[in-house]
Amino acid sequence: MAMKKECVAMLLAGGQGSRLYALTTKIAKPAVTFGGKYRIIDFPLSNCVNSGIDTVGVLTQYQPLILNEYVGNGQPWDLDRSFGGVHILSPYQAKGGSDWFKGTANAIYQNLHFIKRYNPEYVLILSGDHIYRMDYSEMIEKHKKMNADCTIATINVPLEDASRFGILNTNPDGTVYEFEEKPKNPKSTLASMGIYVFSAEKLYKYLEQDAKDKSSSNDFGKDVLPKMLAGGEKMCAFEFSGYWKDVGTINSLFDANMDLLGDKPQFDFAKVEWKIHSRNPIAPPHYIGKTGKVNNSIIALGCEIQGQVSDSVLSYNVKVGKGAIIKNSIIFSNVEIGEGAVIDHAIIDEEVVIGKNAKVGENVKDNKIAVVGREYVLGDGEVIQAGQIVEK
Amino acid sequence: MNALGLIFSNIHDDSLPELTGVRTVASIPFCGRYRLIDFVLSNMVNSGVSRVGVITKRNFRSLMDHVGSGKEWDLARKNGGLILLPPFGEKDSTSLYGTRLEALKTVLGFIERQKEEYVVMCDSNSAYVQDFNEILSFHIEKGADVTMMYLSRNEKALRDNSVVFNMDDDNRVTDIQVDPKKKGNHKVYADVLVLKRTTLIALVNDAISRGKRHFINDLLMGNLKRIKIYGFEHKGYFEEISSLNKFYQIHMDLLDPKVRDSLFGVWEIYTKIKDSAPTKYGANAIVSNSLISDGCEIDGEVHNSVLFRGVKVARGAVLRNCIVMQDCIIGENATLKSIIADKRVVVKDRRELSGCETFPIYVPKDSII
Repeated sequence: MAMKKECVAMLLAGGQGSRLYALTTKIAKPAVTFGGKYRIIDFPLSNCVNSGIDTVGVLTQYQPLILNEYVGNGQPWDLDRSFGGVHILSPYQAKGGSDWFKGTANAIYQNLHFIKRYNPEYVLILSGDHIYRMDYSEMIEKHKKMNADCTIATINVPLEDASRFGILNTNPDGTVYEFEEKPKNPKSTLASMGIYVFSAEKLYKYLEQDAKDKSSSNDFGKDVLPKMLAGGEKMCAFEFSGYWKDVGTINSLFDANMDLLGDKPQFDFAKVEWKIHSRNPIAPPHYIGKTGKVNNSIIALGCEIQGQVSDSVLSYNVKVGKGAIIKNSIIFSNVEIGEGAVIDHAIIDEEVVIGKNAKVGENVKDNKIAVVGREYVLGDGEVIQAGQIVEK
Repeated sequence: MNALGLIFSNIHDDSLPELTGVRTVASIPFCGRYRLIDFVLSNMVNSGVSRVGVITKRNFRSLMDHVGSGKEWDLARKNGGLILLPPFGEKDSTSLYGTRLEALKTVLGFIERQKEEYVVMCDSNSAYVQDFNEILSFHIEKGADVTMMYLSRNEKALRDNSVVFNMDDDNRVTDIQVDPKKKGNHKVYADVLVLKRTTLIALVNDAISRGKRHFINDLLMGNLKRIKIYGFEHKGYFEEISSLNKFYQIHMDLLDPKVRDSLFGVWEIYTKIKDSAPTKYGANAIVSNSLISDGCEIDGEVHNSVLFRGVKVARGAVLRNCIVMQDCIIGENATLKSIIADKRVVVKDRRELSGCETFPIYVPKDSII
């Protein structure tokens, strides 16, 4: 018998993430730093491994260099397998011409041959811009139990936010009778998380149909799911009640980082029984100096802190000079912050240098977040206003 | 670098009975997230040695767990890589090897089968940075048979059994002594040695045929005229973990950024990866002059201390001048001063324990206070 996998996961990691502005000028959104030592893609990848899914296709398109290098052979997630494992799938040239991935459904359609190699029963579609911890095996179990053709993970959102999401209208037994993408007048608050389990044969059928439809925008939410419902396929909702955050905007990325802090954090990433795996830096433990002070913060390896840090998340190898003050901020890796600098309500990208007595986030109001892009050098005494976005 | 690496993981077990009761010297936890063997392994890898044999004797489960397949040192290879050499009991032997020479005898077959021209032979009881290419170039330039790395140290830095030597103007070793109890500056052998692989095999076979037992005392000391031994001086950071007090002192010294930079700032030091989350500080944390590893949760006071991975310090707890190893839990309002707590020690709420800076108290693995 040919070898097969019960489930193959496809991770959509091609989005540009334009609402993260300077943070995604050089890198794809899933490669953006999160929570000190992680990148966003660590969360879906770790969820896969922890759920027992060992075959993952990562679909990249926009600025894939750092993402590709980061995922590499998948070893940090235990996804270096001889059959299965993690594979980077980028757009390619074929005999009939070459195409960029047009929509989410088109990206999967162009890589159906990858999925079919493993002859799976189920295909799990994930997106690379969410922070959450979820056992996909429970969702697949439900899919099997309900004998569904498609199962959509959902989360309850406040009614006023519902029109930003794909909304599912369900029967009492959890089956879906209507799927509305960003409805003006939502009828329910069950929002799609962009996580789908498909029975493989149905997915192939509808993707092939969708590819032939010239008027389609080749998107799961807008095209494929409504067509499946119209075709009478059984669609179910899988309600998720844990922490889940779309980190597609500066403010949501900032908030999600802040959710890690505190005595009882909204999202506790330190759970040993559901480890988030990542590619680790090679660095010694971090050092809090004689003049250093750290409160309510997360600090990664290799940092050297001589200043004051509060309510902040510092990634690895960040140097904070004497007298510098960092509050309510997120600092990515390999950043140098000069003596006496003040940073408030800011996200500082990788490899940035902040000069002595410089200020980032001057006159903070309305929680406006200042962003300093990758490799930017801010001179001594220079000032960046609250909410300002600068890049090299 | 065309050399085979050989590491002895047990040789100095007796000098630190507290820490080596449950592990080899090579796997003594060091500086927050390392084990001693990381330094010699990183030196080898960074010098371009890609085949490393680790000679073990007993208690080496923690060492196997730490080095695993060797992938963190880039030593998980099809060709070469890391090879653990467990003790090899021969048919007629009733006990495991007792000396370095006997250990070499048991792995001679392994050494013979390799194809590297040279051998770098190291112990694993020290933290240091050394590019072994420098020693090899020196070795070739001098036309030496054996090159021994040494440190310049005064008599206070010597321990029992320290090997010291005298050299002529050309750095050729003219005399080798063990702990001569003399005052003044000594050239102390640093347990790093470079020689040709074929020379090593010949020396070991010759010594065995003459019924010798000790590598330094019998084999080298007695052959100074016949073989050309040269001394290469190591000038950077080098600290031997020769006693519990020394272990403590070295950690306190590493709190100084300059000292730390001389060990960690030269090149990368690789170690096993555990995917711990970054360390989290609570609203009540007060931390100064301390090295803190990943995965800790700190809501108390920590001063002049080194915390390993996954240590929890509850609100109101105060740690001063302590070394706290992996996964220890320090309860609320507990007070610790000059303590070395081994792995998974639990200190309950409000307990007080105090050593002194010149005499730290050691709390064994898994203790509950």
